Amino acid sequence: MRYQRVFVPALVLWFLVMVPVGTASAQGEEVPRGPTFAARALQALIDGIQFGVIIAITAVGLSLIFGTIHLINFAHGELVTIGATFAFFLNASAAGPGWHLIPAAIVAVAFGALLGAAIDLGLWRPLRARGTGLINMFIVTIGLSLLLRHIVLVLYGTRPGSFVQYDIQNALDLGPAGITPRDLTVTLLSVAVLLGVAALLQKTRIGTAIRAVSANRDLAEASGIDVQRVVLVVWIIGGGLAALGGVFFGLVEIVTWDMGFKLLLLMFAGVILGGLGSAYGAMVGSLVIGIVAQMSTLWFPADLQYAWALLALIIVLLVRPQGILGQRERIG
Amino acid sequence: MDFEVILSDALRSGLGPIAAIYALAAMGLNLHFGYTGLLNFGQVGFMLVGGYGLAITVSTWGASMWLGVLVGLASAIVLALLLGLPTLRLRADYLAITTIAAGETLRLFYRSSWAEPTTGGVFGLQRFAKDFYDLNPVPRGSYGVWLVEFSARDMWVLIVAWGLVVVVGILLALLVHSPWGRVIRSIRDDETAVRSLGKNAYAYKMTSLVLGGVLGGVAGMLQAIQVQSVSADSFDPAVTFFLYTLLVLGGAGRILGPVIGSILFWFVLTFLDSALRQAIDSGVISSDLISTSEIGAVRFALVGLALILLVAFRPQGILGSRKEMLLSGR
Amino acid sequence: MAVDPQRPSGGTPAPQPGVPAPEPGVGKPDPLLVLDQVTRTFGGLVAVQVDHLEVQRGTITALIGPNGAGKTTLFNVVSGFDRADGGEWSFDGQPLAGRPAHRIARYGLVRTFQLTRTIARLTVLENMLLGATAQRGERLLPALLPPLWRAQEREITDRADELLDRFRLTKLRDDHAGTLSGGQRKLLELARALMTRPVMLMLDEPMAGVNPALTQSLLGHITALRDEGLTVCFVEHDMDVVMGISDWVAVMAGGRLVAEGPPYTIGRNRAVVDAYLGKRHDEPEAMGEEA
Repeated sequence: MRYQRVFVPALVLWFLVMVPVGTASAQGEEVPRGPTFAARALQALIDGIQFGVIIAITAVGLSLIFGTIHLINFAHGELVTIGATFAFFLNASAAGPGWHLIPAAIVAVAFGALLGAAIDLGLWRPLRARGTGLINMFIVTIGLSLLLRHIVLVLYGTRPGSFVQYDIQNALDLGPAGITPRDLTVTLLSVAVLLGVAALLQKTRIGTAIRAVSANRDLAEASGIDVQRVVLVVWIIGGGLAALGGVFFGLVEIVTWDMGFKLLLLMFAGVILGGLGSAYGAMVGSLVIGIVAQMSTLWFPADLQYAWALLALIIVLLVRPQGILGQRERIG
Repeated sequence: MDFEVILSDALRSGLGPIAAIYALAAMGLNLHFGYTGLLNFGQVGFMLVGGYGLAITVSTWGASMWLGVLVGLASAIVLALLLGLPTLRLRADYLAITTIAAGETLRLFYRSSWAEPTTGGVFGLQRFAKDFYDLNPVPRGSYGVWLVEFSARDMWVLIVAWGLVVVVGILLALLVHSPWGRVIRSIRDDETAVRSLGKNAYAYKMTSLVLGGVLGGVAGMLQAIQVQSVSADSFDPAVTFFLYTLLVLGGAGRILGPVIGSILFWFVLTFLDSALRQAIDSGVISSDLISTSEIGAVRFALVGLALILLVAFRPQGILGSRKEMLLSGR
Repeated sequence: MAVDPQRPSGGTPAPQPGVPAPEPGVGKPDPLLVLDQVTRTFGGLVAVQVDHLEVQRGTITALIGPNGAGKTTLFNVVSGFDRADGGEWSFDGQPLAGRPAHRIARYGLVRTFQLTRTIARLTVLENMLLGATAQRGERLLPALLPPLWRAQEREITDRADELLDRFRLTKLRDDHAGTLSGGQRKLLELARALMTRPVMLMLDEPMAGVNPALTQSLLGHITALRDEGLTVCFVEHDMDVVMGISDWVAVMAGGRLVAEGPPYTIGRNRAVVDAYLGKRHDEPEAMGEEA
């Protein structure tokens, strides 16, 4: 309906009136000295791409799970947190073995993959066997999210933490902007992982099977694809990628007990922006969300950067609900 | 361990203002989820705009409480329209994602330094409920039977909150058993069929979203009044998850489901909390295993576990019918 | 070139071998539903491309065609459940393009679905009551005051009971619709559609998955409705059924209308044979074997 395009912005305005901009003086104090706007914009873009690819790594799994079993996994953020906190335990915790970050990260990713498999085998399969419907499974995922998040809270605590290695580095000078070797490596590794996932989906037998199940589950089953196995593989991939994303996010930002839940909403934004259920859409959408979040800090306070990204989600639903790469659905 | 204290704590919580407030918010959610099949995972967002609508009007703008109540209600309506317009034409899962995102976005906006002059930022707003307590007809003193006792102030909140629960319950019962209710219950099972019979399913879903959202807003206002303060972080997404847990516990799609669910939920939650605390203090549970500061986290985890087990083994809750649940295929 | 479609109402015409089928898109006397240039594409694939089609008032029209011919898509587009990419269509002179589904149903063009859509958790009677239109109690504020709608509710309950009796569903009246058999649900869906007092019914595969005895009963109901003045258009695969009860048959293939005419002209029509068995289709399927 066309009137929505006028009406909804008007409604958004209501809340902006409720929260009037009273910060003119506060903003006036921090006169942008030093870097020019262009330089800051470039820096924000670099940060945004780096943030976006990390979101993408975690969101791909969410999107694959949605694509194959139509489940919105509200507990996906916890898989991210568990990956990061487990690596933290192996690497930096006083109680842990104090490994170097690289082996710690690899083990954490493997742990995430195992956890994904365990959740599918131990929770979803029995529920599917009991005939639990999809809507009720959504509610199970919020229960799972609460459960896992607070187990992490008890085990990890509320203190934010950093990994031992690569903590503080000097930025490489890229003219007006800069990036630390750590951030550059994380970004490039993330891109490589995303390309790897794409290759897996396009080139391998299991990838073809995943795409087949996503496109039409019944048809895939009828053509002899073991759907249960495909779903298990998707959970393994999703869990592993989420854990990897968690390690990366913990590396470039910080490890906290609720980092995954905060990222979850950005993953949702990316997944919807790209088109619900499309793995490539999730990658593109997440990248956009990452850039929006970072670029917003050029004009708005940093504590609002996630909020802008989520606002983008609502705007996308209004203008193009099927997302960038999604297709309109056939009804009836 | 003093079981009388544990039982007293649990009873106070199960009958107290917070249970009534959650019952109200869950009644709204019940209209959404239980009767219309709308997956609203951001009910806390409605509570937030309700509570802040009242607090900002009184505290920041210096206007009267009654205007604040109107602003709170209007904010809840606006939020419902804002969420519903883009998503109610789409599949149910879009609403789920959008509502959880919107609730969190609002929390981030209201706690941000940018909004601090209006919302008090992370500190929130205080002292806006004086008008409410000035109306308190309950004489000073404390009231109670057996192990339960409430102050005059709490009694006043209790009367209003449980009074609202009763009134809302009657109105909702009239609604869902009317032809209007027949339409929304049908939308829950098969929206396409409803449209094919000439009903504007979109308008019905929107009405339901607005009504349930307003109940969330009212609950948010009561909560703000009860604790005499609003702070954005008390409107955590976990609140919505609590609401789902108590709704499923009591029975979704039953008028009394959220009421019984809320009473029982808070009774059990506080019972556990109090029992754990006493067990640790008296050394029954070693404080190396769980420290007192971790009890909060433990009880959240238990709520999550309870929700999973409920949906798996008794999705119809206490009041629902297993047969209907199986028919629904949910 | 207007060709008289042989019979305006009632009775099956005697076979008249040798009469050629009319051109697809032929005009008819007193058309109720008129389609013009209706198209629907999915991605690059043209699912429906109907240049012109008229449905005559008071007749039973069958829409046939091989799998993927676009019959259901055409139904969805016409009834407002799917968006057309182009074209106009009107019902009783009322343009329908771009109208939402519920509005189209209120004009009197009511449809049923291939996969029956009864409301599982409502009783059979409640399903029927849901069908009634213009109910005062379906508006929010009057809903709160039962005296405002009680009388109307009794009225539509009486009407629902009559229809349930007619469709032999009375003994299931208070059962949840979800407990009914597939065939009973088909009957209930048809009866519920009648509660809206439709002018024209569009039935998407009404006989699919229904046992032979019930099929006969359904066919009887459909012809009876036609004889009472209702217009019926239905999608069907079983050629015996189509030949038996329809006054007019329209054939779709590859999204297009390839032939139409009275039933006896269709079986030998070249375009129809091509459509079902022809060279362009890789999966020839015998008519009537469709599930």
